[in-house]
Amino acid sequence: MTSLLGYVTGPDGLNILSGLINTIILWLVGSAFGAVIGFLIAVARRYGPRPLDLLLLGYVEVIRGTPFLVQAYLLYFGGPYLCAGFGETSVCLTLDPFAAGLLGLSIYGSAYYSELFRTGFDAIPRGHIEAATTVGLDRLQTLRRIILPEMTMLVLPSMVNMTILMLKETAVLSIISVKELKFQVDIIGNRDYAFVESFTILALVYWALVEICGALGRAAEARLSRYRFAHS
Amino acid sequence: MSWELFRLLVEASGFTILYSAASIVLGFFLSAAVCAGMLSQNRAASTAGRLFVSFFRGTPLLIQLLLIYYLLPQIGLNVSSSVAAIIGLSLCTAAYQAEILRGGFQSVPRGLVEAADMCGLSALATFRRIRLPVAVRLTLPALTSEAIMIIKSSSLISVVGVVELTTMAKDLASSTYQPLPIFAAAGLIYLIINLVVAGFGLTAERAARRGHA
Repeated sequence: MTSLLGYVTGPDGLNILSGLINTIILWLVGSAFGAVIGFLIAVARRYGPRPLDLLLLGYVEVIRGTPFLVQAYLLYFGGPYLCAGFGETSVCLTLDPFAAGLLGLSIYGSAYYSELFRTGFDAIPRGHIEAATTVGLDRLQTLRRIILPEMTMLVLPSMVNMTILMLKETAVLSIISVKELKFQVDIIGNRDYAFVESFTILALVYWALVEICGALGRAAEARLSRYRFAHS
Repeated sequence: MSWELFRLLVEASGFTILYSAASIVLGFFLSAAVCAGMLSQNRAASTAGRLFVSFFRGTPLLIQLLLIYYLLPQIGLNVSSSVAAIIGLSLCTAAYQAEILRGGFQSVPRGLVEAADMCGLSALATFRRIRLPVAVRLTLPALTSEAIMIIKSSSLISVVGVVELTTMAKDLASSTYQPLPIFAAAGLIYLIINLVVAGFGLTAERAARRGHA
């Protein structure tokens, strides 16, 4: 235990802390981008023209049907070869590991979040929307006052699950050398030949974060339960 | 990208399928035990089952794989990296499948079980004839998704040096300097495998529904 404290209070502590901060930034920002893009995809698929729906369906299926690691490799190693010419100049998708990781997470998350929102839309009883129209709410008001609150309640549990999944996926980014928590702890583990110890500690930290996220999710669910409605 | 490279990727995907299938099957048997533990009246068994599920669902698979890979030799089990990988994948999927099965068993309508009881079926017969088939039928879609999840997650075993589709793609990409087409092709192969599995899942659901209202 004293040796552990030595790591945390010593110079390694700062590296571990910066790794943890990067993990949390990647997790929260990636999830937020993923959720926003996912919401837009779900709205576009519901209200947009049919070809757009099919195009987005293809996007969602491709992202959900391939491993995140392969997507990260494609983005990070393949990006520099993905160039677009604008007259004289050509621009390539050359990203540093962190940017590639964040972009990859956002794209990955958007596909899954969009499916959650889509099922959420579908689960709102038609009668509620018809009732809103009858009492004179316009489409935007219906969206803001009826659809969004009801959907929040419907999709919250799966949103929490997905956000937990996003946290776990951030660890994969260490493979493309993003300097997040696993990457930093790996360095120490390799140096001190303490693999089992370092991975055990990593597992415990992620486990704790996941449990905290789950608890927050349950608290939010309890608090938002006034929006719950009986299924007809 | 040449056909030769694509052929190498397809060959490597055989290992992906092999490792995934082995893990899903092993994981299913393990999950049955974990699920039985969770649903058991015995405090210790249910706590152990719950802890197992919470740990393996609460930590990144990448870290589980690395932990198992380095832990096994330390406790005197010198197994090859592919065996360590299968153990890691099986433990992880067992946790997810146990949670799915638990949900399935708890959704079996009480009336069915009571009716079986009234007809004089023994506890074992009720389990074998009523609760198990109904639970499996209810959980087939979730089990299919979990199988697809494991096929995708099997890409992570490349980090412990096991040869499979992602390892092959990574090696080919760095030796040919063609990462874009090679990783895209690898993604395509994963997509095809998963579409086939999803198709099997739908067929199995349809077969399971046959004869049931």
